[in-house]
Formats: sequence, structure tokens, C-alpha cells
Amino acid sequence: MNTTIRRLSIFCLFMFLVLMVNVTWIQGLQAPAILEDPLNKRQFAEQISAPRGPIQAGGENIAYSENIAEEGRSPRYQRIYEGGQIYTPIVGSFRNFGASGIEAVTDDLLNGSDDRLAVRNFRDMITGRDPEGAQVQLTLVPEVQQAGYDAFAGLGGRNGAAVALDPKTGAILGAISYPSYDPTPVVDINNPGDSTAAYVQLENDPNKPLLNRALNERYPPGSTFKVVTAAAVIENLDATPDSTIAAPDLLEFPSGPPLPNAMGSCNGGQPDTLAHSIQISCNTSFANWAMEVGGQALSDQATAFGFNPEEQLTVPLSVVDSYAPAEQDTSILGRAGIGQSNVESTPLQMAMVAAGVANGGEVMRPYVVDSVRDSDLSVITQTSPETHSQAVSARTADMLTEMMVLVTTPPEGGGTNAAIPGIEVAGKTGTAENGTDKTHNWFIGFAPADDPQIAVAVVVEFGGGSGNELAAPVAKALMEAVVL
Amino acid sequence: MSDTSAPEAPTALPPVKRRNAELVLIVVAVLITMMGIAIAGLNLNGRVPAATWTVGLTFGAFAVAAHAAMRFVAPYADPLILPCALFLNGIGVAMIWRLNAVESENIESAGVGMQLVWTALGLIFCFLIIIFLKDPRVLQRYTYVSALIALVLLALPALPVIGHEVYGARLWIKIGPITFQPSEFAKIALVIFLASYLMSKRQVLQIVGKPIKVGRFTLIELPRARDLAPILVGWLIAIGMLVVLRDLGTSLLLFGTFLAMLYVATQRSSWVTLGLVMFAGGATVAHFLFWHVRARVNIWINAFDNDVYEAVGGSQQLVQGIVGMAYGGLFGTGLGAGRPTDIFAADSDFILASIGEELGVTGLLAVLMALFLLVERGMRVALASTGTFNKLLASGMAFVLVYQTFIVLGGVSRVIPLTGSTTPFMSAGGTALLTSWIMMGILLRISDNARRPAPQAIQDEGATQVIRR
Repeated sequence: MNTTIRRLSIFCLFMFLVLMVNVTWIQGLQAPAILEDPLNKRQFAEQISAPRGPIQAGGENIAYSENIAEEGRSPRYQRIYEGGQIYTPIVGSFRNFGASGIEAVTDDLLNGSDDRLAVRNFRDMITGRDPEGAQVQLTLVPEVQQAGYDAFAGLGGRNGAAVALDPKTGAILGAISYPSYDPTPVVDINNPGDSTAAYVQLENDPNKPLLNRALNERYPPGSTFKVVTAAAVIENLDATPDSTIAAPDLLEFPSGPPLPNAMGSCNGGQPDTLAHSIQISCNTSFANWAMEVGGQALSDQATAFGFNPEEQLTVPLSVVDSYAPAEQDTSILGRAGIGQSNVESTPLQMAMVAAGVANGGEVMRPYVVDSVRDSDLSVITQTSPETHSQAVSARTADMLTEMMVLVTTPPEGGGTNAAIPGIEVAGKTGTAENGTDKTHNWFIGFAPADDPQIAVAVVVEFGGGSGNELAAPVAKALMEAVVL
Repeated sequence: MSDTSAPEAPTALPPVKRRNAELVLIVVAVLITMMGIAIAGLNLNGRVPAATWTVGLTFGAFAVAAHAAMRFVAPYADPLILPCALFLNGIGVAMIWRLNAVESENIESAGVGMQLVWTALGLIFCFLIIIFLKDPRVLQRYTYVSALIALVLLALPALPVIGHEVYGARLWIKIGPITFQPSEFAKIALVIFLASYLMSKRQVLQIVGKPIKVGRFTLIELPRARDLAPILVGWLIAIGMLVVLRDLGTSLLLFGTFLAMLYVATQRSSWVTLGLVMFAGGATVAHFLFWHVRARVNIWINAFDNDVYEAVGGSQQLVQGIVGMAYGGLFGTGLGAGRPTDIFAADSDFILASIGEELGVTGLLAVLMALFLLVERGMRVALASTGTFNKLLASGMAFVLVYQTFIVLGGVSRVIPLTGSTTPFMSAGGTALLTSWIMMGILLRISDNARRPAPQAIQDEGATQVIRR
């Protein structure tokens, strides 16, 4: 019987060998592949135990990590968000199993693993200090952000977005997307199950609170695009605000349905000046201007403002492309001239149009990260303003400004709700058809007109009203937060 | 080292006790346990925790007391078995303390739950067996009694009122506050039954067979129909466990042990083959008939599939265990520096995954080597012992240890489908620890008997010889 016992012990050896080879395979050779599997949730878990740098706006922490472990326990950092949902479209959230917004884009800096922090991490290691992530300073102005959010909250459940730029630098002063969400319940590390459930609920919300409409949703810009058409006309056809073109009450095309005006007559059926057409937002004259200047010239002018980009714009959050293709068909081209048909724009893109006009025709590259500092506050990166493009000449910009000021000037102006007493406001309204019976309502503008400090674009999604009625008050609130 | 006070029989080798070596190894095992707790505390808290001394020295006192008892009651027993078992038990205690420390309110006050109490009880049972079971062969008398006990123990959790379900597995009984996993004890009863049954039947089983021939060659030699009965009964019980109690782990363990002991007793590999084919057939049929078997297999094969991972009762535990092991890599995170608490049952079924994460594959292989050494010493005991019953009993118990390790770690590391099973000596839980120590008691008793020098010849001139073995 000893023979069989020996054989059995050899079989035992074999079973141990299988186990040993297998665990060596898992822990040795296969380990890197396993750790890269999306089901590995440990990278996050690791980040919980290390301090993550704060995100700041206006010198205040709007997102930061706090150690919630009890005294004497290994640290557990809970991400805290100030201001509830108002910063979320930009800041995003740092969740148990993922991140979005600035939290995701600057993750390496915030968690301290970025190469640019290597030297200081090394120093911390030598000196025995706990390494800390860098702090990210945003260009957002809390007052603008708050004012914009409050204004949308007062619109009776309408969704939308707004962007405010510093026209001289391109700094994003505000980026509001409504509705938004409060990150607090989705980042709770004590109840990861509840946090995940809360996030799934947001994902399934038909109002899409996770979508940053300011940067990542395209809308037909409607009449706000007339600023671009006017720019093309002045640049290409040597027109002035006093140049006139036919402005019938109903414009017939060789093919396709005719185009009416929103309020009937522009100039009693007579040819209308460019300035008056901007002021009252005449459709037929602008359709004629678009056909006059041509599809290619109109598209090129839009491209100069930032439409049809060759590569995707990042601020450093990714911004979806806006389109204004070169149209051949006159019916389509005419409608493109008033920001319909195939023209689609993000709120940020229309804010760039307003900012370009405000800044003497020079469009600055938009950015939202002002500087990154390490835990000693020494600067790691500082964003310096860059020119995106020279969209129009300074002279053209002045003419456009002159005409846009008329828009907020009573009694004829189409956007008087954006007027700020004592300050000249340049603006343009828009009411965009979108195939439903509820229009998108726009306003773009800047203030003060003679020394612009803020340029804005506001869209109220399916507002069903007019740009002046719904979007202009939001724009006014944003501008007042800076200029008053 | 050897006892040379009396003149020896000329043909006998001097008996080797090596109890001092045992003491040294036990001290090393205790020191490793204490260091484990200390390192875990340093990693968790930056301080050497009080548990290093309270838990460590208590465990050390038990270990040294066990060693001292060995010197009196089983001086000739194998000197490696006790240190190996204590090493595994100690590593388990250190790991359980480390896991409790994370969960508890205050690291300084963290303990190891009942694990030390169960260790003490286990050692007491071990030595009660060594002292009172002078000759394990008396157990032969209880062939069918032990079979009945094994069956009753297996069936107990299925009973109403006292049967107790934990996380979908009905393996426990609960009387008052005490929960208890009777299938653990059933293993011992089963090995005793098989040893005595096979001892009485092995000659019949060995000799008589029905050859199936192809031409002149014997393809396979099947047992006669009436001798087939025990295999059939064993098979039925195993499949029944699988289907009725949904306990694949115990099912595999019982049937595997049965086949191993059948082979040891009869040397008939054809029967083992037959048994394996029958089990594979039964398992395949069960796979198609019962969703819970299919679910197990699906989790095993498609563990890293996202849907399987997210499903209720899906592969999350398995995947997190494997990720933890991968995270540990070659040298581990260090005790207290990993995140084994992310894994469900980190201190019981997945304790080896926890070890792999925090001590690395290096530490895990060391633990496996200790287990392997323990098992092979058990096999040595079987080889050295006299009498069919002792050989079967010892080899059966050694096999249960290795096979149980294979089922649990093989499941955790995806060699086989994951089934709930405990790791010998290491998993938190009293019944498993008691069972392991009871088996050690039987092994040590058999070993002591086998290695004890023969009674001295009355005269050493060679006129009268005591025949050994």
C-alpha cells in the first residue's frame, strides 16, 4: 500500500505545483494586464488615501479634499464641493469610479503624478513630507457663475447654457449649463453604492444634467449669427452700416419655401440698411446679404471666428466643433445667413463671436485654467492669453459694435432687455427654429461697448419665446456681475 | 537527541525525536506571527500595536504549551507537523488581526475575535486525542457509526429551525448564539469511515474485477456490480450535495477524498477513472439542469465580463480577489498596506488572496510551501505507520488538507470554479480550525506510535528478538 501512498503524495505535489504556477502567473506575469482591466477599481481606491489638490475660483476653494478618517486611522479623503451645482459643468466631479470635467482633465496635476511635479515630489520624499497634489486655479468668476445659474433657475424649468468670456484675454469668466447637478451625493466615499446609484440616476435623467451644454452641445444660432453675416458683408463687399439691400416682407427663392420676417415688415418692404436690419433683426435683408456675399465668403468668415475648426478646441476641456459650411443652394445659403439650415454653434463659439467683435476683431483663445500651483504656491503653469484668430479688421469690429449697440437701444432695438442703465451694451438676439414648435432663444453681446470687459452668449433651449424675452435678461445678469 | 540511556536492540536505528528542533521552529513561527501584527500596525497606524504582545504572546504561550505537552505525551511524533500547523495558524491570526484593525473603531483595541479561543480549543482537542486515543485502530469498530455521523452532519444545515443560511449557502447550523459548520466535522467522520470500510473490503475490491477486453488487451477492469455499490453511493451523495445543498465545495471535497482513499486502498486507477467519469457526467447533467451550477461555471469562465461582474452574486468577489493578488505582485504591499478589505470574505475563503496581496507571490508561495510540507509529513506518517487502517487514516487526512487548499485557492485563482471552502488553519472560523487541529491530533498520535522504538528486548544477546512491523 506504500506504493499508492507515494503516488498519492506525488499527486498532492502536482496539485501544489498547479497552484504555485498559477499564482505566480497571476501575480507575476499577468499582473500588469489585470491591473489595466477596467474592472480594477483600485486606482481610485488609492487616490482616496492620498490628498488631492484643490480647484479654485476667485481665490477660493471650490473643490478640495478633506480627511474624514478618525484620529489615528489611515487617511481617507472625501472630495468636497462648494457652491452645490453651479460649478459642476466645468469642475466636474471626482467619483468613486471615474471623474469628469476639470477633475478628469487635470487629474495628473491634482493627484500629484504629473511629470511637472516630479521634482517637488522627490523633494517631499527626501524631506519626509506627504506629497500633495497641485492646486488648479480657474478663470471662473464666482459672481458671474452664481448670477448666471440664478438667472436660469428663474426661467421656470427651461434648460440652457451661457458662456462669459473676457474678450481681451479669452479667459472663461463663466460657463453655466442648466440643469446641473450637485456632486456631493455622487462622490460620497462612505456609501459608494449609493453614490453610484445617484450617478446612474443622473445618467438616465432626460434633462441630461451631466451634459455641459456650454461647451458640448450645438444649437442653430439663429439671428445671433447675423453678426457673422454682417462681418462678412463689411469685410468682403466694402459695405457700411448705412449700406442697403432689398428687404421684402417675404423672400422668394428659386427653389424651396419662401422666407418671412419675424415681425412682418423691416422697412415697409423697402430696402433696409445693414444697421437697421441688425437692430430689428430683419431676416429677408440678411438672406439677401448672404446670397450677395456668397456661401464660401460667409463660411470663411465663420471659420475666422472659430467655426469649422481644423482640430478640436480644448480649454482644456474638449469643446465640440461648430459648423457653418459653404452653401451652394441659394435657399439654404439665405437661411444660413440668418443662422439656420446647416449652421450649428456651441454657446462658447457664439461667445467667441461676441468677444472677437468686442476685442477689435481679434478672437482670443478661450481657456478656463488660469494657473497651476504646487502646494507651496509656486507656479507650475500659468496660461498666457493667445490670439486664436484675427476675425475681422478693427474698423469692421467698430462698425459691428456700433450696430450691436442699437440692438439694446429703445425703442426699436430687438434686445432691450439686456440694456444696463448707464452702460452701453452691444448685443444681438436670436430665435432659432429647430423643427419643434419651441424655438431656441439666444442672446450674444458684450459690455461696456467702448471698453469691453465681458462678452457673453446665452441660449435657452426650447425656450419658446424670443431672445429678448428669455435670453437677454440672463445675459444682462452675467454682464452686470462684472461691469457694475 | 536520541534516548541512549538503555542499550538498544541491535537491529533498531536509534529513535529520532528532535523535539528541540521543533521548539526552535515553533519559536520562529510565533515570532513571524508577532512581527506580522507589528508590521501591520506600523503600516496602518505608524505604531507597534499592543496586539503584538497581547495576541502574539498569548498565541506564543499556546504554542510553547503545545510543544511542552508533546514532550510528555507524544515524544516520538513527527517534529515538523506541529511547527507547520502553528505557523499557518499564526499567519492566519496576524492576517485576521490586520483585517479586524481596519474594520474596528480603534486600531489599538482591535482583536482577533474568537480566533485565539478557537486556537486554544483546537490545541486542547488535539492533545485530548493524542492522550486518550492510544491506538487509533479502535476507531475501526465504528465503521458505520462514523458513516452515519458524517451523513447526519452533512444533512444538519438542511434542517429547519437550526439550519442557518449565510450569504446564500446553507452550510451552518445555529443553536442560540453559536453558529457551527458541521460539514467540517463530517470530513473527519468520512475519512474514518472510509479507512475502516476500505480496510475490511480492500482485498475483495483489489482482487475481483471484470476485465473489459479488446482482443487480448485489457482495456479497463471494472468492479463487479455488487462491489460497485460503494462508489455509487459516494457518487450519489456528492451529486446530492451539489444539487440539494448547492455546495460544490463540499461535494468536490467528499468525492475527491473518497476516490483518493479508494485508490490508496485498492491500487486500481481504473476505478478512479470510472469515478471521475461518473462525477464529470453528473456535473455536466447538473450544469444543464440547474441554473446555480451554470451560474458558478459562468462566473468562472467569464469572470472579467462586465455583465457577469455587475450581476447580483456575480464575479465581483472573484475579480477583486484576482486584482488584489495582481496588485500585490511579486513582493506584496506589506501587511497593512494593501486593500484586502475590498474583497468580500477576505479573512475566510479569500484569506490566501489577502496573503497574496499583502505578502506578494513570495509570501503566498511560502505559505503554500508550509502547507505542502505539512501534507507531505502527513504522507510520511502514513508510510511509516503500521496497519492498513492507520495508513489509510493518515493518508486520507493529509489528502483532505491538500485537496481543501486546492479547492479554495484553485477557486480564488480561477483554476476551478470558485466554491466556498475554508483554508486549513488560516481561515477565520472556529469549526474549520477545530477540525484541522483534530486531524493533527490523529496524525501526531499515529506518528508517535509509528516512530516509538519497539519495547526493549529482555536480553540483548540475540536469543530473543522482538520482531518489529
